[in-house]
Amino acid sequence: MAISRREFLHTLAVSVASGFPLTTSANTLGNTDHIYDIGQLGNGVTLMHFTDVHAQLMPNYFREPDTNLGIGNMAGRPPHLVGAKLLSAFGIKTGTRLAHAHTHLDYEQAAFTFGAMGGFAHLATLVKYIREQRPGALLLDGGDSWQGSATALWTKGADMVQAAQLLGVDIMTGHWEFTLGAARVKELVDGTLRGKIEFLAQNIKTSDFGDPVFTPWVMREIRGIPVAVIGQAYPYTPIANPRHFVPDWTFGIQEENLQNTVNDARRKGANAVILLSHNGADIDVKLASRLTGIDAILGGHTHDAIPQPIVVRNSSGTTLVTNAGCNGKFLAVLDLHISNSRVSGYRYQLLPVFANLLEPDPEMVRLIRDIRAPYETRLSEKLAVSEGLLYRRGNFNGTFDQLILDALMEVTDAEIVFSPGFRWGTTLLPNQIITFEDVMAQTAITYPSTTVTNLSGESMKMILEDVCDNLFNPDPYRQQGGDMVRVGGLQYTCDPTRRTGHRISNMYLRGKPILADKRYKVAGWASVTENVSGPPIWDVVSEYLRANKVLRSPKLNLPKLSGVSGNPGIN
Amino acid sequence: MHHLRRTFLKLSGAIAAGAAASFLKVGNSLAATWNKSGFESKVTVEALKSLSASAATPSREIAISAPDIAENGAQVPVTVTSKIANTESISIVVDKNPFPLSSTFDFANGSEGYVSTKLKMGQTSNVIAIVKADGKFFTASKEVKVTIGGCGG
Repeated sequence: MAISRREFLHTLAVSVASGFPLTTSANTLGNTDHIYDIGQLGNGVTLMHFTDVHAQLMPNYFREPDTNLGIGNMAGRPPHLVGAKLLSAFGIKTGTRLAHAHTHLDYEQAAFTFGAMGGFAHLATLVKYIREQRPGALLLDGGDSWQGSATALWTKGADMVQAAQLLGVDIMTGHWEFTLGAARVKELVDGTLRGKIEFLAQNIKTSDFGDPVFTPWVMREIRGIPVAVIGQAYPYTPIANPRHFVPDWTFGIQEENLQNTVNDARRKGANAVILLSHNGADIDVKLASRLTGIDAILGGHTHDAIPQPIVVRNSSGTTLVTNAGCNGKFLAVLDLHISNSRVSGYRYQLLPVFANLLEPDPEMVRLIRDIRAPYETRLSEKLAVSEGLLYRRGNFNGTFDQLILDALMEVTDAEIVFSPGFRWGTTLLPNQIITFEDVMAQTAITYPSTTVTNLSGESMKMILEDVCDNLFNPDPYRQQGGDMVRVGGLQYTCDPTRRTGHRISNMYLRGKPILADKRYKVAGWASVTENVSGPPIWDVVSEYLRANKVLRSPKLNLPKLSGVSGNPGIN
Repeated sequence: MHHLRRTFLKLSGAIAAGAAASFLKVGNSLAATWNKSGFESKVTVEALKSLSASAATPSREIAISAPDIAENGAQVPVTVTSKIANTESISIVVDKNPFPLSSTFDFANGSEGYVSTKLKMGQTSNVIAIVKADGKFFTASKEVKVTIGGCGG
């Protein structure tokens, strides 16, 4: 072919754009010609950061949320801005590539126009390109890399470790990695990773003597400048995920130990101190206001693609807080200017990884092909086709979660169904075929059993209140886990602004009020209890899809919200 | 090295337990009167009354180290440090527990006001420290959240 794929797709994108309302004007921020023009560094150091790739080796779609509410002093502050509110806060023009990367607006049409994002082969090309322009730049992986796909589950993370090594990751921390079990994580960290990728966590200790389980921090020289990187694993791993995977380790935020670590790094001559964090954006903002001496917190967990850092003041200066999205959709490039052995300025660029604009790296293409080869038949099994867009992310529900709820209800014959509010999982465009791999991208966990139990109305209320408090507690240190549990069958009202235990009301089942002492047949999956048995959720969903073949757009069961009108975290 | 230490302690567990028992016996004979009404009271107000600490003064000299969210409600690690001069005793009260007064530690003259223990907590609650120093009572509290967890993220 005379025309390269890249040129072809670029031409296609431009011509398609002219026929749609999504016009790409030459001077907008989303102009493809400038999207990877990162400018000059000057005297300083560069850190590249990606996070929460959730084992997505292939380009994929990820629809950003239309609901990401901030409560209390988090209301209206990044990352709790969605759609047009987010775009205007960061000066991004509507209808551009960047607008598509950061919002759910006109999602389907924009996704058709601009194509899939991420993919390790495309990411690898971008990383190499940045390294050419920023010699010595470190590549940091914020965690949640070894979970989220069939191959990561089946190889117990080995595929992602190989891919990360080839990509050139220098340092990482973790969260879902720990759901592979303490022994497996240690096996990889002390084995394959040793001398190649540093796995850091200042906040994991043994529960008996409080001994550190991982190296807490490292000093690395970038262009002769000493830079300290401290690791912060997800502080609530044993609560949000089954504790039995890490029975002998204790986590937590560990502020005091972190401050001591920062001070230690400064004493040893660090010109810049970076926290590679899996706390989540709100915890990081609070942490940045309470500790001193950290120049930047490169954050993850909450999957928020925040275009520019949040600048947080504390008693001795300021700390930048970033969050770099998920699924390999973005590569963050942080330039820190150094003068007099201190950080004197910065430039932050959150580069969207558009597969159409980046040639895949041949070596990474080969590796991914090799990783997938033994499983290709199983991965590519065609299960059904959906007429509507299937996505997950959002505070209360997503169409893919609704599909899971519908499947659970049909297969288990329960009257009420629960599905966890995970933030990971890819998006499928209308009429895209749903393969077994796509189902695994929503469900691939090490505790996938479905359960059917009889729960009283009172217990259900308690569960909803508990999960809701974990999402909307006004103190971010008291938040943990993911989005709100998704429910099928049950209707309720939620007021996120009320206090703990008083946010949920008006619970109904098929028009009848839920009774506190009545028992209901409830199905769910991803129980944190040990030794739960039941068919894995992917089998339940696959069975449902095979039986239905063509699916209408799932009808979202959403709670009625109160107390949040005018909140810019909801579209 | 840590592994070795752990193995050693496991092996010596039986001996250690024996030693602790005899040590406690000595402790018991020296201990203050058992606060029966305090440990049996079912509400915090009564537990505080039993300690004569109903009007304890809030103090920044008391530091409570406890998780913001408990990893396991059955054993929540709590450390209380009192920098108040002449600390005589530290009591720990878990407001929402069925029996709120969990423990009282008496200190011999001149001892450092420091205790580290594990408490059982059934629900989110304030953990209250009561420090007696020079016959006066001081207090501080920290909320520890207990959640059923799950929902990953």
